[in-house]
Amino acid sequence: MTLPSLNLLAQSILSGIFLGGMYGLIGLGLGLSWGLLRQINLAHFGYVFLSGYLCYQMTQYWGMDPLLALLILPPIFFGIGVVQQWALARFRITPFNSLLVTFGLTVMIESLIQWIWTADFRKMQTHYNELKFSVGGIFVPIPELFTLLLAVGLAFAIWAAMRFTDLGKAMRAMAEDAPIAAAFGINERGLSLLLSGLCVALAAVAGICFAVIFTLTPTQIFSWVGVVFAAVMLGGLGSALGPLVAGIIIGVSEAIAMVLFAPSWAPIVSFSLLIMMLLFRPGRA
Amino acid sequence: MLNIKRLAAAAAVALGCAGLFSAQAVAQGSGPIRIGGTLALTGPLSATALVHKLTGEIYIEDLNSRGGLLGRKVEWIVKDDQSKPEVARTLYEQLVTSDKVDLLMGPYATGAILSSIGVAQRYNKMIISHTMGIPALAKYDMHFPGWSVGPKPEDTVPVTVFEGLAQLPKPPKTIAIVTSKFPSVHFLSVGAREVAKKRGLQEVLFLEWEFGNRDFGPIAARVKDAKPDLVWVGDIGLEGNMLLEAMKKIDYVPPLNIHLYPAPGPMANSPESQGAMALTIFEEHKPFTDNPVAAKFVKTFNERAKAAGLPYTAVETQAAASFSAWQILEAAVRATNSLDDRKMADWLKANQVDTIQGKLRFDRGNNYGDDLMRVKQVQDKNWVTVWPKEWAAPGATIKTR
Repeated sequence: MTLPSLNLLAQSILSGIFLGGMYGLIGLGLGLSWGLLRQINLAHFGYVFLSGYLCYQMTQYWGMDPLLALLILPPIFFGIGVVQQWALARFRITPFNSLLVTFGLTVMIESLIQWIWTADFRKMQTHYNELKFSVGGIFVPIPELFTLLLAVGLAFAIWAAMRFTDLGKAMRAMAEDAPIAAAFGINERGLSLLLSGLCVALAAVAGICFAVIFTLTPTQIFSWVGVVFAAVMLGGLGSALGPLVAGIIIGVSEAIAMVLFAPSWAPIVSFSLLIMMLLFRPGRA
Repeated sequence: MLNIKRLAAAAAVALGCAGLFSAQAVAQGSGPIRIGGTLALTGPLSATALVHKLTGEIYIEDLNSRGGLLGRKVEWIVKDDQSKPEVARTLYEQLVTSDKVDLLMGPYATGAILSSIGVAQRYNKMIISHTMGIPALAKYDMHFPGWSVGPKPEDTVPVTVFEGLAQLPKPPKTIAIVTSKFPSVHFLSVGAREVAKKRGLQEVLFLEWEFGNRDFGPIAARVKDAKPDLVWVGDIGLEGNMLLEAMKKIDYVPPLNIHLYPAPGPMANSPESQGAMALTIFEEHKPFTDNPVAAKFVKTFNERAKAAGLPYTAVETQAAASFSAWQILEAAVRATNSLDDRKMADWLKANQVDTIQGKLRFDRGNNYGDDLMRVKQVQDKNWVTVWPKEWAAPGATIKTR
């Protein structure tokens, strides 16, 4: 094994941090839904891609700026999240069954995307793709940096809201023990709808960033499930900051594995970390 | 009364005779010739399968306008294998045993093709495939490939590429080989390592990634660090684009880069892919379009693809391989004047077939013939063939940065 140059190592680690930011951003809503609502919402990945495709449509066909999509799509997806939670509650779907139901929903979203935009690759070409700057020979792409900052900003905002606001405390109390929380006047139904809406809105934000950075294909939906699940479980269910931190750890570990060993080792990293965590800290997830 | 009885008897005899003649007609095949096959009409491979479907429809339409085969119309029964080899196997079983098709046409993509070959072998049916990427796996003696890559493309394809690059005023001396582990590209990249070594090209980097890799940043950084004259990218689909995008983000443009099977549309249209090279068997320019059959197909395909909303409407490897597969089937039926699978297979092994990608023969390993792979390059957002010279677009040569 030959040691890589410092520049190569730094550039690769930066790439891993950015990818970890994306893992964290996708995992944020998924982890909150899983930890606080007890819903393993696999459709979260479908929503991420649906949002990405809608952003693609808005920019490539309607000439809108992707940043504008950040203002339009999350509120719409908030509404979708509310409707989904209402339906899950209405039919009394258990946490395990939510996995199956939302898996079915994901397949339906994938089919819908394929029907509208076909299975072909869709790449959003915007002027943001060209933006980058260099610091000491290390190149920093602006869209990736923006995504990371957005992920950090949202994670901290949600963490602070959960910790310091009455609404956040009520959500945590609801997750801890819903009947006792209800006895103290917490409106479980309303909070669940709100939280579900928030989680799906976060999926929409992740989807927009995804569309700016990556190329879209419907079948990619499932290729992100494993690693984002690993980030969420490593970070802790219901945690706002955990998935981001875990995502960055995974992204950087994968990048280092790619530089020091071979790129084909990268997928082993996230799951090795997850297995180690489950072995040595079994109560964590 | 007697007359009525005689009349009834005569009618019964007449009806019986008619039935007999009708049964004979069916046995001889007076209805349409039914060709069965599957395509990945849904699922991850559906984008490319649509090219094959469109090509098949165009071909059958044209064939019927020329009178069909053996004086009968031709009907193509195409089923959706959902991009799943196991579904393809079931559907080919159905086509042979339940639909009782006269002839088989293979699917698209290596996995489904292998499944269909297995069924064809079980029922002693001849099968022609569109794009069978790994010749060594196609051992059935009545399988014939529409994609002429030769029996050992891992040896011959790199030679074609390196010979083309050797003609440059400043030929590459160092090479980085980075490749997906996707089977049909990986073995070619491994072959390229051996050929490069034999030709004196110094390998400065060899990397492999798992199919579905998300982060090409570290790979791009390692290629940049290795400073190769030539980057051989064993990519499939969008991987090459992702690698070139990652390179652009670190302000690196490889001097020469050749890709195996990139998605043609995205690579031609992407700004960072200008100058990228890839492999091809057909591009819609002269001398390929000097063939009137090819020219006619190109025109029709362009129109239909546009109408079908395909993002890339040009005829290239996929459509050409598909068209060639149909040409092979037609040639075999016409030459033998029969639908007998064994007769047709024997004829194909002993003869050559004129196709839009060139003359194909099937007399070498696993019924493969010559390696007709050529090198193309993105120039001004268009793919143009640049090597070998006799197949290059008028005035086109390999351009370096």
